[in-house]
Amino acid sequence: MTTDLQRNWYPIASSTDLPKRHVYQAQLLGREFAVWRADDGYVNVWENRCLHRGVRLSIGINDGRELKCQYHGWRYANRTAGCTYIPAHPADAPARTICNNTYPAQEAYGLVWAGEEATGDVPALDGFDDLTALRPIPLIAPMNMVAEALLEYKWDESCKGARNDEGSVTVTASDGTAVRVFVQPLDSNHSVMRGIYNRAVSEDDRVALLKRHSWLMQELRDRIEAQAATQDAPEPYHPVIAKVSEDLVDIPAISEDGRTADLRVTVTRKEMTAESIVSLRMEPIKGTLPTFQPGAHIDVHLQNGLVRQYSLTNGPGETDHFTIGVKREPDSRGGSVSIHDNLQQGDNLAISAPRNNFPLRRDSVHTIFVAGGIGVTPLIAMARALNAQGLSFEFHYFVQSDDHVAFKREIGEFEGALSIHTGLSPDATGAKLAEILSSPDNSRHVYICGPGPMLEATREIASEKGWSDDAVHFEYFKNTTELDDSSSFDIDLARSAMTLNVPAGKSILDVLRENGINMSSSCEQGACGTCRCGVIEGEVAHQDVYLSDTEKAEGKSIMTCVSRANSDRLILDI
Amino acid sequence: MSEFKCKDPVALNLWYAISALEEVRQGQIVRSMLLEEPIAYTRDDSGQVRCWAGGDKDSRALPVQERYGYFWTTLGKPTSEIFPIPEHAEADRRNIHAATVGVNVSAPRMVENFLDMGHFPYVHTDILGAEPHTEVKEYFVEVSKERDEILATNCLFWQPMAAAASDGGADVEYVYRVPHPFCSVLYKSSPLDETRMDVIAIFIQPYNQEQVRVHMMLCLLDEENTDTQIRLFQQTIFGQDKPILENQHPKRLPLDPRAETPIRADKSAIAYRRWLSDKGITYGVIPSAA
Repeated sequence: MTTDLQRNWYPIASSTDLPKRHVYQAQLLGREFAVWRADDGYVNVWENRCLHRGVRLSIGINDGRELKCQYHGWRYANRTAGCTYIPAHPADAPARTICNNTYPAQEAYGLVWAGEEATGDVPALDGFDDLTALRPIPLIAPMNMVAEALLEYKWDESCKGARNDEGSVTVTASDGTAVRVFVQPLDSNHSVMRGIYNRAVSEDDRVALLKRHSWLMQELRDRIEAQAATQDAPEPYHPVIAKVSEDLVDIPAISEDGRTADLRVTVTRKEMTAESIVSLRMEPIKGTLPTFQPGAHIDVHLQNGLVRQYSLTNGPGETDHFTIGVKREPDSRGGSVSIHDNLQQGDNLAISAPRNNFPLRRDSVHTIFVAGGIGVTPLIAMARALNAQGLSFEFHYFVQSDDHVAFKREIGEFEGALSIHTGLSPDATGAKLAEILSSPDNSRHVYICGPGPMLEATREIASEKGWSDDAVHFEYFKNTTELDDSSSFDIDLARSAMTLNVPAGKSILDVLRENGINMSSSCEQGACGTCRCGVIEGEVAHQDVYLSDTEKAEGKSIMTCVSRANSDRLILDI
Repeated sequence: MSEFKCKDPVALNLWYAISALEEVRQGQIVRSMLLEEPIAYTRDDSGQVRCWAGGDKDSRALPVQERYGYFWTTLGKPTSEIFPIPEHAEADRRNIHAATVGVNVSAPRMVENFLDMGHFPYVHTDILGAEPHTEVKEYFVEVSKERDEILATNCLFWQPMAAAASDGGADVEYVYRVPHPFCSVLYKSSPLDETRMDVIAIFIQPYNQEQVRVHMMLCLLDEENTDTQIRLFQQTIFGQDKPILENQHPKRLPLDPRAETPIRADKSAIAYRRWLSDKGITYGVIPSAA
């Protein structure tokens, strides 16, 4: 049951408690908060506890974009509090359900306000033309006793106190000066008096004013504490800490939603970022956007009914919007053309939550990014994450001409790590790639995204130079394989104890859905990896471009949207 | 057992290390605490360690055993002997009492920290780990039935300076044993002899459910460093863990699987939590509701 205590807004810190890159430990109604301001100004009020092993996040590191736990380096995103990286398992994308508890927060009057379940606005300061936040005074006494005693607060004989609706006290003197004091309940028997004075004061007078009220309130504190000491202390609050999501009990699972568009966003900026490439900035119509990780993509449901996948270019901590880049492809089925020609700034769109099938390892001594054309987008997000952490990388961007260089501001952040290769012929590109990939090493990783032929060439060169399959990561825009769906075979579902027939002309994914089995998907052409499923037995006829050659040869997983069976039967781990 | 503040019969019937033998002196009575009961100890005129419950010398005498350079006692009736550490008897090893440190945390949280590799790059930066080498590779965990202990093997982690005797980074192999609910023994590749392993053990003396003293014992192959250098190295490591442990909330170890988020790297901790649940341990933990 929600009580008034939980519904109210209370000040929990002064704005000055949140200097750059600091994490402040606050408390309200017995619950501890980790409070931190990101470099974009957003104030985060979170449960003061890492979901992994319960370590206080207030001893963590605020890097301006994310909060990093001191114990195991788990990273949590600005705004969403979603976990973006678990260093112990660098190859895995953390499950989306690993998300810390956040609390409503506002900043006003030089104070940071929060409430367990507060809604609406913080109390208005009626009659205050200007203001100065006074020094907070903590004391050992229950909130209501403090508020009662504050009615008697005086800095001259004319002072009169009155209780406001929401519980605070306003004390006014005959000269019109006034102080409004909000009482923050730290716990049932611990409070903080946080006063606001109704005048702006010059820097010279400020310290004198703060000292005077601090002195008077400390006198009041001594009287209140003496009174409180004569009574039995009330039972402390026992805040309930929410349990973690049920699917995290064992090994974090992949989310189960299908090809749904559960987010509504507004296109707040549409601009040409390069020749025939438009960038779209999307902001939520209401609420907040879910956590993304570098390399993630979203499905965009277009006004003409088409669904397209685009990678996010956002850097870490950029959690109030998503940015994508869209290249005009006049020969394609009309998705990109519709965005270029018909979509307007201010239009609303339905998009899916971000999925990450192209996770970035951050345990590599050095990372090499190879981008071709519009393939630069996921790699921008990845390199920005490494750059923010100060990890070593180089960024190679192959483009037709200078006019084709997209996202110049973002890639400008990479400074010396950035190399733009302009107008190279296929042969010259091959020679350059051979040079870039000349020294394979177990502790380095390569990430490639670009047009099919360039991607093939890069993978081939990497393999010739001796790079292992494990170290070469890639993402195709689309699957250009000619798909063969003429076979017919059975699938046994190991966990659902069902046998289904996949006839010619239908995909495994189609058959699963027809039988009520929920399976995530996104591109549905074997490029993005979302509908990946484990194979327990049977020979797979791979037709996707997502799995590496080693993974295909192992035969332990299948893209259910395009791939089929070479045997009569497949046993799937569903 | 109702005479004790601790109501956990399993915890009451265990042996606990109380002090390094070299620190128990004749003519000096030391007061301490075990499971919320005041205890005291001294070395008598004949050189024997004496330990008793309560504050006065005529209160109840407690059994004393000397093992691994410490004296051990119990408040209850142990059903088993103190667990074996055979390496302690090997002639060419140096057995060192590295430290006794008070920590404001429960004993099981302390054990989990000892079993954990994922924190090396973050808590023991540039000593036991360094970014970007953060991966915890797959390892094996089993609960040995005949010995009733947890065994984690094939644990590999890249370390810049694994021991006082190290001269550079190396992939280091660990084996962990949990032979007692509040004690653990680890074996790690010796920087000096690749066929043998150094041994580090912690013996936890719970003052109460949320405060402990940890005794740390070493059986090393190191022939170069002085005892002081070796102690300083271990105390540096311990000093890095202590503030992290004291900032864990709740201080008792939650056994409900939904209280915290395990990952594959925590396999040994998951096994440890289950093992405690199966034993019915209630001291220093928050038992699972169901």
